Amino acid sequence: MSARERLAGGTANFIDERTGAAKWMKKTLTKVFPDHWSFMLGEIVMYSFVILLLSGTFLTFWFDPSMKEVEYEGSYEPLSGVKMSAAYASTLNISFDIRGGLLMRQIHHWAALIFMAAMVIHMMRVFFTGAFRKPRELNWIIGVALLTLGIVEGFLGYSLPDDLLSGTGIRIAEAIIQAIPVVGSYLSYFLFGGAFPGEVFVQRIYAAHILLIPGIMLALITAHLMLVWYQKHTQYPGPGRTEKNVVGYPLMPVYMAKAGGFFFIVFGVTAFLGAVASINPIWIYGPYNPGQIGAGSQPDWYMGWLDGLVRLAPPIETHAFGYTISWNILIPGLIVPGIIFTLLAFYPFIEQWMTGDKREHHILDRPRNNPNRTAIGAMSLTFTLVALINGGNDLIATHFDLSINQIMWFSRIGIIVLPPLAFVITKRICLSLQRADRELVLHGRETGRLVMLPHGEFIEVHEPLPPEKAYLLTHHEQNPPLALTSEDAQGVANPQGIKGRVRSRMSRAAQEQIAKPTAKEVLEIEEGHH
Amino acid sequence: MINENSGAVEKLSDPGLPEHIHRKTDVDPRAAKKAERQVSILFALSAFGTLLFIYSYIWIPEDKFIFLPITGTTNAHQLFLGLGLAMALFFIGMGAVHWAKTLMPDHEVVDYRKEQRSKDEDRAALVATVKEGAASAGLGRRPLIKRTLGLALGLVGLSPLLLLRDLGPLPGDELTKTNWNKGTRLVTDPGDRPIKPSDLEVGGVAQVQPAFPTGKVRHLDDIAKDSVLLVRLRPEEFNLDAERLSWTYEGIIAFSKICSHMGCAVALYEQTTKHLLCPCHQSTFDVTRAAKVIFGPAARSLPQLPITVDSEGYLVAQAPFNEAVGPSFWERDS
Repeated sequence: MSARERLAGGTANFIDERTGAAKWMKKTLTKVFPDHWSFMLGEIVMYSFVILLLSGTFLTFWFDPSMKEVEYEGSYEPLSGVKMSAAYASTLNISFDIRGGLLMRQIHHWAALIFMAAMVIHMMRVFFTGAFRKPRELNWIIGVALLTLGIVEGFLGYSLPDDLLSGTGIRIAEAIIQAIPVVGSYLSYFLFGGAFPGEVFVQRIYAAHILLIPGIMLALITAHLMLVWYQKHTQYPGPGRTEKNVVGYPLMPVYMAKAGGFFFIVFGVTAFLGAVASINPIWIYGPYNPGQIGAGSQPDWYMGWLDGLVRLAPPIETHAFGYTISWNILIPGLIVPGIIFTLLAFYPFIEQWMTGDKREHHILDRPRNNPNRTAIGAMSLTFTLVALINGGNDLIATHFDLSINQIMWFSRIGIIVLPPLAFVITKRICLSLQRADRELVLHGRETGRLVMLPHGEFIEVHEPLPPEKAYLLTHHEQNPPLALTSEDAQGVANPQGIKGRVRSRMSRAAQEQIAKPTAKEVLEIEEGHH
Repeated sequence: MINENSGAVEKLSDPGLPEHIHRKTDVDPRAAKKAERQVSILFALSAFGTLLFIYSYIWIPEDKFIFLPITGTTNAHQLFLGLGLAMALFFIGMGAVHWAKTLMPDHEVVDYRKEQRSKDEDRAALVATVKEGAASAGLGRRPLIKRTLGLALGLVGLSPLLLLRDLGPLPGDELTKTNWNKGTRLVTDPGDRPIKPSDLEVGGVAQVQPAFPTGKVRHLDDIAKDSVLLVRLRPEEFNLDAERLSWTYEGIIAFSKICSHMGCAVALYEQTTKHLLCPCHQSTFDVTRAAKVIFGPAARSLPQLPITVDSEGYLVAQAPFNEAVGPSFWERDS
């Protein structure tokens, strides 16, 4: 036994005698993970979170979360002698006088953008493949909570430097809080320690940004991963893959090397962006002053759709009995986002209600095989996209020389008209793809070879699909809509009434399919006309 | 609820897992050796990245700038520091992934799932344990304990909530008040100089603040509600009622600069159309019609400050704003 083996054996023995970890570790190291590029999206989220923790910790060593007024004396000449908050001055200090400080700031900001983007794309993957279905509904809800927290965390983060751009964002957040009926102005005074902007909000959002919210997120991410681990990963359909098994590579060594390596790749790419791509150059904006503003003020992209909703809201306020309700702020700022995130969180249960399917699912859907869900996803994305476009309406207007009024009216009408249109079109496309799949299974692949038959007829030779491909295209379930009758077996009227009718209608929409070929049909064709 | 005779659609049979195909590195020792060299080169590149990082940190001066094709003039110190770090990290990752893909086993393994639901007997045993535990604690038999515990738990959360009370003062009537009063002089921002009507040309705009008595410091809280924008038009360009016209002076009209929508500074003035535009949400106000909203999400005009001149000819406020400035809030009465 070599010295190294003796050392490793000794350490392992020490730990196992105290924790009994050997059995668990053995099981863990041979755990199987299915392989697919889209399963890396969640990894990017997790790795960028780690990058955020590392780079963020670095930034706290120099950032001063204080709104005390100071005179700038650092090495950035244009702001020399300007009065500003200590928070802004220390951010300038990190950017210009700490070696690697600007790099770390830019890595931190880029990592935040990547974190949010990867989270959204990961969520789209989970949605469109139906990975949220039982038993994974809880993990979906944890994901929605993480998305929501991520938006808040990002917003608070870029508000910390107390520059002109971020201060404007805080002002808007304050206006939304102030618009809450009955308690709004009280809440605002509590949060800001008095009138806006006051002298405390930076230190307060700092506590939330570096401790409270990341702490909750870390706990949720841990729970998210434990559930993935415990429930085993979903897998894409294919020959040999069933609801009862999981096909892939063992954790040790293949997944460890790939996943561990991928962390370094994500970190490397983020560092590269931090090195070459300037982001949030706060020295250009100047310190916050509520009497000033920069033209083309834009939030980070994950806030942009919310800002876009606010921009397109109709100018409606109600004044009655000496009180005011600002619908133009409440609807786009709180009510619509509230409804969207609630529907998002409960979608797995809504789908279960529509389809009546309460079984476990581990094989992922091909999006075309669930046209209704795919269409709902496209509809929601279209809504968000129109809002996001309107969030940049001023930049679009100036860059493309368009009228801002026309863009606003396009968005106002588009946000109502385009999502349903996207639903219908997506559903049609899915059904057409199903039809194409059916053709392919029944008649095989078009080879492009033309043959003249003895009697002079031309035909194109079709090549039968390999059995693996035919299986992939036909393995999925097709269920008829729920058989909800308005009377039960004894002839008593169904007490569900309108609820039952709505459910029946939704179930019919959810199960609209092009009948997939059966084995019998395939056989008949093979035996019949060749 | 799934219809019984539905799942019975006859399926094509599952051909099973495809046969494993060996990689070149599995069968050809020379290919494996080549892959080994490639992995080593990738790891070596990472080490070179760290050396570049150290070199940049110590020897590239922080004020050295170089020109790059797309990004323009860039600080060389921070650029090479970042590139070094990026290389050091990226190539560790590339090396590990290349190693896994070429040299580590690529046999797919099958593991089996079990249903998440516990066995019926385990579930029954749990229910029994919980019932037994609750019964032995006497929770059902001693309602007094149950109720007082409920009361205590219900109330205990109030204490930390109460402690949050000192986060800030109550708003009182602060939201409706500004530092503008009858006779308050308009002073330039920045500069704090009183101004005369002749200081502003027709077509010009200026940002002003209320004059403070000596010794009183202007905080951001003050600027957040006092900021006023002066616009000078030709008097005949106004389209105002008699009262609002009397609030102007020789074609100079004064509005709160704090947007009535969400409180941003309404900073963009279009001289040709005489419109004020808020850059945050594009609410547009018509100066000739007392800053009436003509586009965007704002629901109210910008509050107008009545102005005149004092005995020395400096611009002053005739009266305070007659309504609250800034975004709406619940207690606002108009």
